[in-house]
Amino acid sequence: MTRILFFLFAALSIAGPAYAGIDETINNFTAPIASFIGSVVFFKIPVAGANLPLVVLWLVVGAVFFTFYMGFINLRGFKHAIALVRGDYADPNSAGEVSHFQALATAVSGTVGIGNIGGVAVAVTVGGAGATFWLIVAGFLGMSTKFVECTLGVKYRNENPDGSVSGGPMYYLTKGFEERGMVGFGKFMGTFYAIGIFIGALGIGNMFQSNQAYVQLNTVAGGALDGYGWLVGLILAGVVFAVIIGGIKSIARVTEKIVPFMAIFYCVFAIIVILMNFTSIPAAIGNIFSGAFTGEGVTGGALGALIIGFQRAVFSNEAGIGSASIAHAAVRTDEPVTEGYVSLLEPFIDTIVICTITALVIGTSQVADPNFAGEATGVAMTSAAFERQIGWFPVPLAFGALLFAFSTMISWSYYGLKGWTYLFGEDQTLQTVYKLIFCAFVALGCVVQLGPILDISDALVFLICVPNILGLYFLAPVVKREMRAYVAKLESGEIQRFKH
Amino acid sequence: MENVVLLAVDGSDGSDRALDHAIARAKQGGAKVVVAYVIEWSPYSFSTAEENATRHKRRETEIERANSEIVAPALKRLDGESLEYAGIVRHGHPAETLIAIAKEYGAVQILIGRRGHSGLKSLLFGSVAGNLIQTAPVPVVVVP
Repeated sequence: MTRILFFLFAALSIAGPAYAGIDETINNFTAPIASFIGSVVFFKIPVAGANLPLVVLWLVVGAVFFTFYMGFINLRGFKHAIALVRGDYADPNSAGEVSHFQALATAVSGTVGIGNIGGVAVAVTVGGAGATFWLIVAGFLGMSTKFVECTLGVKYRNENPDGSVSGGPMYYLTKGFEERGMVGFGKFMGTFYAIGIFIGALGIGNMFQSNQAYVQLNTVAGGALDGYGWLVGLILAGVVFAVIIGGIKSIARVTEKIVPFMAIFYCVFAIIVILMNFTSIPAAIGNIFSGAFTGEGVTGGALGALIIGFQRAVFSNEAGIGSASIAHAAVRTDEPVTEGYVSLLEPFIDTIVICTITALVIGTSQVADPNFAGEATGVAMTSAAFERQIGWFPVPLAFGALLFAFSTMISWSYYGLKGWTYLFGEDQTLQTVYKLIFCAFVALGCVVQLGPILDISDALVFLICVPNILGLYFLAPVVKREMRAYVAKLESGEIQRFKH
Repeated sequence: MENVVLLAVDGSDGSDRALDHAIARAKQGGAKVVVAYVIEWSPYSFSTAEENATRHKRRETEIERANSEIVAPALKRLDGESLEYAGIVRHGHPAETLIAIAKEYGAVQILIGRRGHSGLKSLLFGSVAGNLIQTAPVPVVVVP
């Protein structure tokens, strides 16, 4: 198999120049499809001069509701979440099981992707500096949504006969509604979600990632890869293929280990750049706040900025989409709600910390030189902001972007697979079919333009938040009961810290 | 107070020699020997979603294997010498976990075999025996 791939690559690279038109052809073909899907899902209602997509409203209302319903768990639960991740409550006898830290780290490496680097740039370009403010607000509210969905993910997970666990919205929707005597509806919702996550995995967790990785590589290469998206795509798809079909787990394992360090590396240098732009910091922060409420120069004004901010935040931290609860469900705990607490930290790290830092890098650069990025947007814009101060940074950034993209793709291939196996069972051949489709979309992502890609992935991902959040409303009382019982046990001393 | 010694094993030659020493020591003092093997593991490591989903099962397999291949043979020898014994397999940071076990069983001494690693190797990977000597609350006997 690898030999065939090798010859394929060799043949393609020789025939390369003649095929440079491939990108354009595929692009022309997919763009209309993308805009059609986009227009259906992003059905917009005009409100005070801005167009408010229904799905964004759906997510915001959900996040606000859960924040109030759980009594501002995103604030109150924060300290306890840190204690849980540190292992203060970990029973030494369960050493060797998946710890809270591990479940969180795995989920975070699935969510920290190119959205944190490129998505923020898109938000700032379209929604102005004020979008950053709403992005942070969305991150904060999203913590409550995560709390609810990850608690449910653990509570209603399946223990398979082979000893492995499967969790996530398809399982809590099915079982949760079953408990309420709504068997048929639960099955319908679970299936709806499973279809959504399987298709959505091809967008947010796949095409968007490979596209932006390619863009950044091309930027670093000085445009030498123009028209060669298909080649980069094929190579990326080849590596993903090697991991998810070839079973070369070492690649995935190495990525898992490097990604957290890359994230820290990225944040450290981002802070350095922000400090180097220090004269622009007050103005940049001022712009974020003033832009949030005036929406100067943004279509739709303040509301326009709010919509963009929320849209990008959800796209990045996945709160309300339910994907992370698939990863969180693997933790070993007697109290499902503990994983809910831990998952609070995910939107915090992803959106409130990393996205905000990126936004400040871009914001301070913009204040210093409004035209610093020229026509560039997405990852290329963030890269330009770094390059202004640290000339060599685009190269490690390209490497980091590639890794972020890669780890997100691997995580999402798993999320999508879980949706697929929920629908079609654990049959190995069928799983391979899904994995092949997944690889094909990795390649496709490098070929099409960012615009249509964003349309498709946004649309698909937002589609699955419909059954998920609807289910969360129904099941929120279960989470509240769990939370109350748990807090009572903490207060009575039934659950205690372990001495370490 | 009960006379308990903790013997840390890892299936190496050094740990076999430590076992000999433990048997001799236990016979003299009439001590109970707790044989422990620690599977190196950290709750702060990074893993993929797929690995996490199958972790519970793998942990059981790891414990089973450690029991049957490393701990059980040692227990068999102790049994042959008609000494009192207990076996334990646990995941964690080796030295820290051994100390925790020593406290749990009220061990008055920890016995461990020397791996005989070169300076560079122990600098890179650390040495469990060296670590124990620095941090254990009870005397540590390192058997060469």
